[in-house]
Amino acid sequence: MLWVDKYRPKALDKVLVHQDVAQNLKKLVTEQDCPHLLFYGPPGSGKKTLIMALLRQMFGASAEKVKVENKNWKVDAGSRTIDLELTTLSSTHHVELNPSDAGFQDRYIVQEIIKEMAKNRPIDTKGKKGFKVLVLNEVDKLSREAQHSLRRTMEKYSASCRLILCCDSSSKVTEAVRSRCLNIRISAPKEGEIVKVLEFIGKKEGLQLPPGFAARIAEKSGRSLRRAILSFETCRVQQYPFTNNQVIPPMDWEEYVSEIASDIMKEQSPKRLFQVRGKLYELLVNCIPPEIILKRLLYELLKKLDSELKHEVCHWAAYYEHRMRLGQKAIFHIEAFVAKFMSIYKGFLIATFG
Amino acid sequence: MAPLMQSSQPWVEKYRPRRVKEVSHQDEVVRVLTNTLETTNCPHMLFYGPPGTGKTTTALAIAHQLYGPELYKSRVLELNASDDRGINVVRTKIKNFAAVAVGSAQQGGYPCPPFKIIILDEADSMTEDAQNALRRTMETYSKVTRFFFICNYISRIIEPLASRCAKFRFKPLSEEIMSTRILHICAEEGLNLDSEALSTLSSISQGDLRRAITFLQGAARLFGSSISSKDLISVSGVIPHEVVQNLLAACKSGSFDKANKEVNNVIAEGYPVSQMLSQLFDMVVESDDASDEQKARICKKLGEADKCLVDGADEYLQLLDACSSMIKAFSNMPEVFSN
Repeated sequence: MLWVDKYRPKALDKVLVHQDVAQNLKKLVTEQDCPHLLFYGPPGSGKKTLIMALLRQMFGASAEKVKVENKNWKVDAGSRTIDLELTTLSSTHHVELNPSDAGFQDRYIVQEIIKEMAKNRPIDTKGKKGFKVLVLNEVDKLSREAQHSLRRTMEKYSASCRLILCCDSSSKVTEAVRSRCLNIRISAPKEGEIVKVLEFIGKKEGLQLPPGFAARIAEKSGRSLRRAILSFETCRVQQYPFTNNQVIPPMDWEEYVSEIASDIMKEQSPKRLFQVRGKLYELLVNCIPPEIILKRLLYELLKKLDSELKHEVCHWAAYYEHRMRLGQKAIFHIEAFVAKFMSIYKGFLIATFG
Repeated sequence: MAPLMQSSQPWVEKYRPRRVKEVSHQDEVVRVLTNTLETTNCPHMLFYGPPGTGKTTTALAIAHQLYGPELYKSRVLELNASDDRGINVVRTKIKNFAAVAVGSAQQGGYPCPPFKIIILDEADSMTEDAQNALRRTMETYSKVTRFFFICNYISRIIEPLASRCAKFRFKPLSEEIMSTRILHICAEEGLNLDSEALSTLSSISQGDLRRAITFLQGAARLFGSSISSKDLISVSGVIPHEVVQNLLAACKSGSFDKANKEVNNVIAEGYPVSQMLSQLFDMVVESDDASDEQKARICKKLGEADKCLVDGADEYLQLLDACSSMIKAFSNMPEVFSN
């Protein structure tokens, strides 16, 4: 098992970061009843861990016995019937799913599943809880219509069903949905907290950590705990016992992007642009999301630029990322950004050095 | 289904006014509607105004007061955005409901006028076609049916519909009225709220009573019966003042790298960027040390960034772009980029 899963805290009492949030959540569920919840925060900050721990707190160990199902729904939408297929993860008390996987038909998923959940009463031997829980991931990727239909269904079926929503950025969740939930912000763990977790894992695994090693991993992780633990494990596989100057391997795609960045800086010509396109395609076919590529590229370029140029470059990055969101094919916009950058940079070089 | 537990009912529902007279701060509407109760006649109505000012409450209250619990089901049709309201529904469901004639049988002390009411909540999210299809229906069945449209933006209601209705604007609630309402709820629920928390609550909810009550309930659930202003801020998703202040200070210092660091920090802490933009906007507009031109430039950029966010653009890039524009505005650098 990966360390990320092995050392995932199972109970609200055992979490190492966000202890205050965990305590509040515990207070919340002891009152026999809980409102709809909306967790938001950057990736790798522990949203899912907290949600799973919360479910365990509510329902006991049976919440962990989950089964994966591929469910089919037939939805009657007026003149035609729509077939929907979605993977769900469910226990006797909760169902977890990713409604945005259904693409533009996510609205039907939202309505159908909640209705189905509300109809089936939970199987509860002790008869303690009168409701089931539905965990929806990536609500920020839901379409407007789906979010709109969520708002009424949330109120209508609140007697037998609680929703736990989980998303990266709450700006993309409509105000109406947000105002119906208790919003819980999960911030990314501070570097010190990451160090603490890494040391805890090191102790459990019986590893000798040279001083400052955990801190270096934490710094490289960009405040994502998941990433920190993964790269910690990679280091362990690569070389043990750890040495003080051991390199922490960066992600290969990040290295690739930084290569692209230095390519662009070296030469600005249509020929180079053509070469860069090949590399960009390489990244895209390996399923690196285009906005991440663009962001990383900006990060790499900003490191190398004079401060006057930074403003302009970051403006165009924002501009093309927005365009990318509106458009269809990402490669056009990334390449447009690269071309734009080349022209700005070349102009700058000519103006300075003649 | 299990009956709603008393505690699990949202306070917004629990303390919703049941009678038109209890609706606070909207005097004109209340006057017209009390008149309606006496004369048992009213025009088509169009309620518009910001969220949380009592539009839906008023419409539901008048319907309940006119018909009473027994006739309510058969006389009132309530449709909102979660129901399907395409052109087909207008042509069939609404039209069929509107066409049924009713008598004026007085029942149980309620006036029960000889018409039915169709409440179209969130009417601004109806398509233009659907609204057009309503035009003739409204006139043909005006003898037996009254329409209540409820919307946030009157500009999204097509002109022919708006001109058929008596329009009422719902004003945002003033701070005093909000406070009396909140204090009333606190007394009922046994909560302790000091005056600082009260003023925080009115300022973060910006005249939206529903929001204020929701925040109050969230805070009460998380932190128990005595609530401080800090608890309210953490529940509401408002960004603490210092964080915004730091970002603004970094922008004023003129250093791109400093601003970039702050932006990274904001993103990592998970603060919603749309909220950040609106709080930045407030602070920039109120700041004393910026010239009018600088303020104008910044506001323009903030608006653009907000639009991009609505389109689904990346939060980090948009905030960074906005900050970089602010730096340039504060240090009076030229605005336009050569294309």
